[in-house]
Amino acid sequence: MNWASWSDFFAMGGYATYVWGSYAVTFVIIAAEIVLVRRRGRSARDKIARSANRNVKRST
Amino acid sequence: MTRHSNADDKATASMNPGLHWFRFAAPQTFYVLAGRLVPWFGWLAALLCVAGLYVGLFLAPTDAQQGDAYRIIYIHVAAAWMSMFLYLVMAGWAAVGLVLNTRLSSMMATALAPTGAMFTFIALWTGALWGKPTWGAWWVWDARLTSELILLFLYFGFMALQAAIDDPRRADRAGAILALVGVINVPIIYYSVQWWNTLHQGSSISMKSAPSMAMIMFVGMILMALSFWMYSIAMALVRVRAIILERERNTDWVAEFVGGKTGAAA
Repeated sequence: MNWASWSDFFAMGGYATYVWGSYAVTFVIIAAEIVLVRRRGRSARDKIARSANRNVKRST
Repeated sequence: MTRHSNADDKATASMNPGLHWFRFAAPQTFYVLAGRLVPWFGWLAALLCVAGLYVGLFLAPTDAQQGDAYRIIYIHVAAAWMSMFLYLVMAGWAAVGLVLNTRLSSMMATALAPTGAMFTFIALWTGALWGKPTWGAWWVWDARLTSELILLFLYFGFMALQAAIDDPRRADRAGAILALVGVINVPIIYYSVQWWNTLHQGSSISMKSAPSMAMIMFVGMILMALSFWMYSIAMALVRVRAIILERERNTDWVAEFVGGKTGAAA
């Protein structure tokens, strides 16, 4: 283990802005991509389900 | 392998569907397969990421020259590798789609582009945050940085071009041409630190010699690179499923598959 304490860890030897700025932005973007790609799949499925229901109504 | 008649071939293929790889080129078969694979790649990515962060942020020592600023390496290098690798894979699928006229290959190329662009942006962003404390500048127009910025524009260009064309197959072909022309940029990025006198440091890892960094740092970097790789596969599979549904929504199999389950499942 490299750190004496948690505050030591968060300070990153004085480079906290740069190190945490890198990690935070990276993981926020990754989380955003996961949310967006799931939404895209869901909306594609919803659209198909809606048009399928419409066809069922029309045929009965 | 012995030669036998066509009828035999068909019989073997139907008896042993595992040997019949080409059936996965059909979007409806691949849709199901991709759905099963996603959780595996997703969890693998998460586990590798936790391991990589633990090694990189807790176990690895502080760098003698750069202090703790060097810890940006664990995402910077992994993201930069993925940005180049995903471009090659994307161009590869686009080329297969162009030559063999297979829809699914082109869809894979389209599915990879946003993730590739994201890793390119991460490489540039983390690079800027690393450049400031070590070089004293967020950005310099050196060959490595400039060619990586061009890579970001190539991804954006590919996505914008495809979005601008209504007919999906025409969009596939136009995107493939752009992607293939842009491939030239990848070796330029990779060798830029050797070909030109750049501010960006040379690679710490080469195929020919042992890595010029501490073993524990190297392990952390490899774990993060593998994590991003698995993440990219998972993302591409989720996105290609959405693309398959968007493009094939008027086919019978999609109506049966999704419509029958009122959209929630599948």
